[in-house]
Amino acid sequence: MVMMSGADILLESLKRLGVDTIFGYPGGAVLPLYDRFPAHPEIHHVLVRHEQAAGHAADGYARASGRLGVALATSGPGATNLVTAITNAQMDSVPTLFITGNVIRALIGRDGFQEADITGITMPTVKHNYLVMQAQDIARTIAEAAYLATTGRKGAVHVDIPKDVFIEQAEFEWPEHVSVRGYRIPGKADAESVREAAAIINAAERPVIFAGHGIIQADAAEELRRFAERGGIPILNTLLGLGGIPQDHALSYGMMGMHGSYWANHTASAADVIIALGMRMDDRAMGRFADMNPTAKIVHVDIDPAEHGKNLFTLCPVVGDVKHVLPQLTDAIEKRSHVEWIRWIDTLRSEHRHSMMVPPGNELTTQFAVSKIAEFAGHEAIFTTGVGQHQMWAAQFMDISRPRQFITSGGLGTMGFEVPAAMGAQAACRDRQVWTICGDGGFQMTFQEIATMVDERLPVKMAIMNNGFLGMVRQWQELFHNDNYVSVAMSQPDFVKIAEAYGIRGIRVSDQSQVEDAIREAAADPGPVILDFQVTTEENVWPMVPSGAALKETIEGPQRVTR
Amino acid sequence: MSTNRHTVSALVEDRPGVLNRVSSLFRRRGFNIESLAVGTTEEPGISRMTIVVEGPPSIADQVQKQLDKLIDVVTVETLNEDESVVRELALIKVACRPDQRREILDVVDIFRGSVVDVSTTTVIIQLTAAADTLNALIENLRPYGIREMVRTGRIALARGPRTTATHQHETEEERRFHQEIGRLPEGELPFSSK
Ligand SMILES: Cc1ncc(C[n+]2csc(CCOP(=O)(O)OP(=O)(O)O)c2C)c(N)n1
Ligand SMILES: [Mg+2]
Repeated sequence: MVMMSGADILLESLKRLGVDTIFGYPGGAVLPLYDRFPAHPEIHHVLVRHEQAAGHAADGYARASGRLGVALATSGPGATNLVTAITNAQMDSVPTLFITGNVIRALIGRDGFQEADITGITMPTVKHNYLVMQAQDIARTIAEAAYLATTGRKGAVHVDIPKDVFIEQAEFEWPEHVSVRGYRIPGKADAESVREAAAIINAAERPVIFAGHGIIQADAAEELRRFAERGGIPILNTLLGLGGIPQDHALSYGMMGMHGSYWANHTASAADVIIALGMRMDDRAMGRFADMNPTAKIVHVDIDPAEHGKNLFTLCPVVGDVKHVLPQLTDAIEKRSHVEWIRWIDTLRSEHRHSMMVPPGNELTTQFAVSKIAEFAGHEAIFTTGVGQHQMWAAQFMDISRPRQFITSGGLGTMGFEVPAAMGAQAACRDRQVWTICGDGGFQMTFQEIATMVDERLPVKMAIMNNGFLGMVRQWQELFHNDNYVSVAMSQPDFVKIAEAYGIRGIRVSDQSQVEDAIREAAADPGPVILDFQVTTEENVWPMVPSGAALKETIEGPQRVTR
Repeated sequence: MSTNRHTVSALVEDRPGVLNRVSSLFRRRGFNIESLAVGTTEEPGISRMTIVVEGPPSIADQVQKQLDKLIDVVTVETLNEDESVVRELALIKVACRPDQRREILDVVDIFRGSVVDVSTTTVIIQLTAAADTLNALIENLRPYGIREMVRTGRIALARGPRTTATHQHETEEERRFHQEIGRLPEGELPFSSK
């Protein structure tokens, strides 16, 4: 019988799970845990500068590697600082484990110093959470938490542990098998729904695939390609689905949704059969639900049955993991090529390509900057983004072609995600180049993490798209509030001096001609680098489906609508 | 015909917070709960929640699926009213002078209720019945003056030998398939080391 403290049991359990990195921040309630870190050198603790960043870093780590991301915070303010990151990870189904300390058991419920009812707070935003009241429960709870986070529809799991439970001695007993009654992991689809889906797909004249984040989460890009090629079915990606199919694949037609291409949105609207794969019919991807192609037959494959029929009527719901279901469907469908349909889409694309091009001229635009970064960094690099215009331009122009290449906050749309997520991605993939495309607004929410990156030697390249505005909000004020700019213009600090203050290289780029050299210089630098791209200030993202409009009401741009 | 009322029966882990999880889910998703009753079952550690929700059939479907997603919910089913026994218990305190007792007892008898408490000015009536019957009794008692009342909310069980389906585990074939493609078989820990 091995007796250990709760702290040792926790760290021992994490080691059993193969966790090698924890992003965290200490405080009173987790002191007994920090006390034991030196005794477990296999686990590397990354000291961040703000708990939100610890959470986003764990999220970026998980998205880049496919492995469980782990973040740790103390009770009260430490725990509440994690809430945005927890919600962000859960919204995008990222396998993450959040651990918090709490006040000692005897003080729970008495509003003690730094007590927050954090399990109450996170309850609606997690896949599951636990309050562990005895050291002897820690191992089983951590095993179960990791199991839930990384299986089925992945997600955020939170474990709260009172301070004295870290100190309590208990027997360490590692469960080799987890059993959670009430939790079932869908795998293959049942034969009946596969037959039904195949019949609908075989009868289709204008089929289209909506490929979502599930393809990437399930590592099913190869299965997607085979399925689409057999059925001759064009593929559209959601924002988070980018990377599920290479952009240059013959059946790949890029991103759909609010800032998707004209041809993608019209293809979605003109199809007679929609095959939605690992996506949740989000309003940003679908436009106005009632008019998202009401006559199309929808086959929806998802691991989470609650997504079927949640937002749109689904004729043929298929419950299962796309990794399993796609080979089943590939076997069940007939080989097709849909020549006329594809020709129709190709024509549409060549007629409308202009609305998805880097603007001509020699001004320094975000579109130009991000496409150059993509060109130089290549498909092996990892890109993260913040939220706003730069995010949409990154999605449109960075030629995302590999799963896990593009890391962005889709569901929650969290500004400030870019820098810490890149830090986490770099910690997970030290041999890859990691670029973060930052908004000048979002960068200022979390750039304190440069200090962490310096300490940890994480050479993230931070490309700030400095437009002097909360650009996306400014765009909406311009288009939908009669140019009434309120609280969107920002005076900026000198970003190059910020770089200097952290002892890293800072490069200002104010002209197109400087872009390539700046990117090369940044890539060659062994440390983190800030690039301050002084881009055009009042550019708008096109095409656009105004909020509340249907996909087929895509507007290509002010100067282009009247063409 | 289906009314816009659906009876959802869930077997849940008897753990602290489970009621909170369920009610938080209903609030967050804007589902309208008409009643919610919780009690123990034949199995230690498992409680049954009977939830009556209002809304179109698509809502009932979402309620069931969203509930099923909660880890502490073991199984859920939506009960078909025609194939279930549905009951509710009410305690009704009615104003009653001694000279009115006979008359009120007659009403209670018709509904096969019982009087469980008497004072000089009130009686408490207990009735277990379907909701419609309860409503009818209440209407008949209203003229005397209802002083206070409590209802348990509906509870229900499927008629006949059928029980709320229990958790189905991975089949052997699924397990092999999982292993073949490098997926985790059910219950296996992620990147588990020795
Ligand atoms: C934490 C948070 N606060 C507010 C918003 C609302 N919001 C969406 S985009 C945006 C502007 C982002 O500005 P910036 O980071 O400079 O990016 P840009 O749009 O200019 O490229 C804002 C404020 C948000 N998404 N996240
Ligand atoms: Mg900006």
